[in-house]
Amino acid sequence: MGLIQLGRHQKDGDIDVITTTVERAVNWARKGSLWPMTFGLACCAIEMIAAVSSRYDMDRYGAGVFRASPRQSDLMIVAGTVCRRMAPVIRKIYDQMPEPKYVIAMGSCATSGNIYDSYSVVQGVDRFVPVDIYVPGCPPTPEALFDGILKLQERIMQKRVFTKQPEQVKA
Amino acid sequence: MHPLVERIKREFVDGFVDAVEWRGDLAVTVRRETVHAIAEFLRRDPEVDCDYMVHVSSVDWPDDEERFEVVWEVASIRRRHRIRLKTRVPESDCQVDSLTDVWHGANFMEREVYDMMGIRFRNHPDLRRILMPDDYTEGYPLRKDFPLQGKGWRDTFEFLNEKA
Amino acid sequence: MRDTEKTYRFEDQRDTIYKVDPEHPETATLPLQRTEELLLNMGPQHPSTHGVLKVILELEGERLVKSTPVMGYLHRGVEKLAEEGTYHQFIPHTDRLDYVCAMYNNFAYCRAVEKLMNITVPDRAEYLRTIVAEVQRIIGHQFWLGTQALDIGAMTVFFYTFRDREILLDWFDELCGARLTTSWYRIGGVERDLSPSLIAKLRAFLDYFPPKIDEYQVFLEKNRIWLARTKGVAVISAEDALSFGLSGPTLRGSGVDYDLRKYEAYAAYPKCDFNVPVGKNGDTYDRYWIRVMELYESVKIIKQCLDQMQEGPIMASVPSVTLPPKDRVFTNLDSMIQQFKLFSQGFDAPPGEIYCGTEAHKGELGFYIVSTGGGKPYRMKIRSPSFIHMGAFDHMSRGYMIADAVTIFGTYDIVMGECDR
Repeated sequence: MGLIQLGRHQKDGDIDVITTTVERAVNWARKGSLWPMTFGLACCAIEMIAAVSSRYDMDRYGAGVFRASPRQSDLMIVAGTVCRRMAPVIRKIYDQMPEPKYVIAMGSCATSGNIYDSYSVVQGVDRFVPVDIYVPGCPPTPEALFDGILKLQERIMQKRVFTKQPEQVKA
Repeated sequence: MHPLVERIKREFVDGFVDAVEWRGDLAVTVRRETVHAIAEFLRRDPEVDCDYMVHVSSVDWPDDEERFEVVWEVASIRRRHRIRLKTRVPESDCQVDSLTDVWHGANFMEREVYDMMGIRFRNHPDLRRILMPDDYTEGYPLRKDFPLQGKGWRDTFEFLNEKA
Repeated sequence: MRDTEKTYRFEDQRDTIYKVDPEHPETATLPLQRTEELLLNMGPQHPSTHGVLKVILELEGERLVKSTPVMGYLHRGVEKLAEEGTYHQFIPHTDRLDYVCAMYNNFAYCRAVEKLMNITVPDRAEYLRTIVAEVQRIIGHQFWLGTQALDIGAMTVFFYTFRDREILLDWFDELCGARLTTSWYRIGGVERDLSPSLIAKLRAFLDYFPPKIDEYQVFLEKNRIWLARTKGVAVISAEDALSFGLSGPTLRGSGVDYDLRKYEAYAAYPKCDFNVPVGKNGDTYDRYWIRVMELYESVKIIKQCLDQMQEGPIMASVPSVTLPPKDRVFTNLDSMIQQFKLFSQGFDAPPGEIYCGTEAHKGELGFYIVSTGGGKPYRMKIRSPSFIHMGAFDHMSRGYMIADAVTIFGTYDIVMGECDR
């Protein structure tokens, strides 16, 4: 009895007021302080830098603190062409990030390989790293990148934290 | 013919094969045994004085008996001329002298030629792959018989199976 | 370099690092000098390496003994892709080589193909090309200045240069639709003309910009920290620089007056009056000074070109090679067929080979094209200045400290897209 019973997962799959509010607070904190990692590979990196600069300011979405170390970040923006030689490095860095972690594939090269259908380019970073959001463009303008980050924030708000994610809601 | 070509013909009678001047570019084909001597001449001779390394490349002619062509292009800024030194290398004995001791810039550029075409350079200080990884086993990408999409390396991710 | 007898290895001192004589423990001494070399891996994911570059540094304490750059993390196989498509289809690939100032790559490539096909570009197109090329040089140098200052620690300069860069990126957006990877140059001319509003905006920028360069100078020119970190760092002599094949500001910093704009006098440069700044000492400060002076010179060139430009065609009229104007493509059947054929089959290039170098803002960007006839190049070799500058990295960095390694990346102005192709 008491407070713990109030927060428990009820039989029909619904959850209580306290759990939802706490979950919403946690998700709000997570989406409002996404710390990206500097992972610019090619041309899209320049647009990512422009997105952080004074005109398009990514800091107003909470995502302006770019961390050089993967252990302190929770968002990896793969910006640029993913070459097969760089793939183990990307995977290692993805594994070093603590949960919860998100990946944005920025640009056409990270999404699908773009015009580089050659012997050394991986046709999309989702072949070895799970991707949450794809931002198309070559390169996508900083506004397009913001669109991707805002959509990621919407997805984060939908996630369940303390309870199991029900199957009908797309994760 | 350009006076530079005349000088090379005179000094290296047995090494000279052919010279072409087209669209303002001067290209001299020589025999591969004499490449180093001619390069030294181009660098040290005070009238030629080619001290600026422009590029080193290679072309693959699969139908010819001497399949590969190695091209060194050097220029002299003071004398205002640029010359292209070419030589042919057969596939069976795929090596040629390195010109790293004449022009330092040939170091990385010859490594790239080795990486992309498979031509070895004798006396090169550090001949290993530069753009492809050291353990790349599929071959030499810029050869004409190498497929554009490669031979499957780009789609295999064996590092995913390794334990963290 | 390493003298193995002199290094103290741990196996020799099993229990203690002191040298102890068991009979006389009171005379125990610490070894006076321990020298070991440390291999430090910098990259490929590193905030200051300007892209995906790995450098293995051999250090003795903090001093660099030898640095081995490891490249190829962005090797996209562009030279092989060139053999698969026609000459017109390769233009977007050239954009992505040096993605900081993309149009210069287009310019270099179009010049090479025009040399191969022996096409003369009309006057107005030459002026337009020169104007846009110099605007791209301004963007490139601004990017360089911002990132070099950021790496050394002067963050303010980064924000100032990027603020001014945005004005020009908007200008490019209006000109050709893209901010970064533009493809406005075509073989034989340019794609479209400058509209009056673009010219007005450019003139306004040319009045707005020189005081801004003075602003950047205020932060850096006499700043003690900047001087301490750039004066005397990464010195290279003129003879070594030429032998390595360095070009652009990196070569001019060592005192060699080699600028292809004056040496080969292409486009509208012979009709403009400008200076080429040349350094003396070959150190990082000289190269910085040259690039900032080049900003002033670019403004001069653009002003002169805008004043001298006359009306005229913007594309050479060689129907078998150059593309028809876009408004005719959508309304006229012949033009549409011509456009389709030129892109899918290509034009008939004469057999032969050429090399053509252009002064991009990093150095001499050249294309060596071998053609055996037909619409596709047989071999396309890209002579990229960044790759060649990496060849001199080891030579330039010996004896300096780790912190200088970051300065050296910046002073070479390396972009991995161009280095690895």
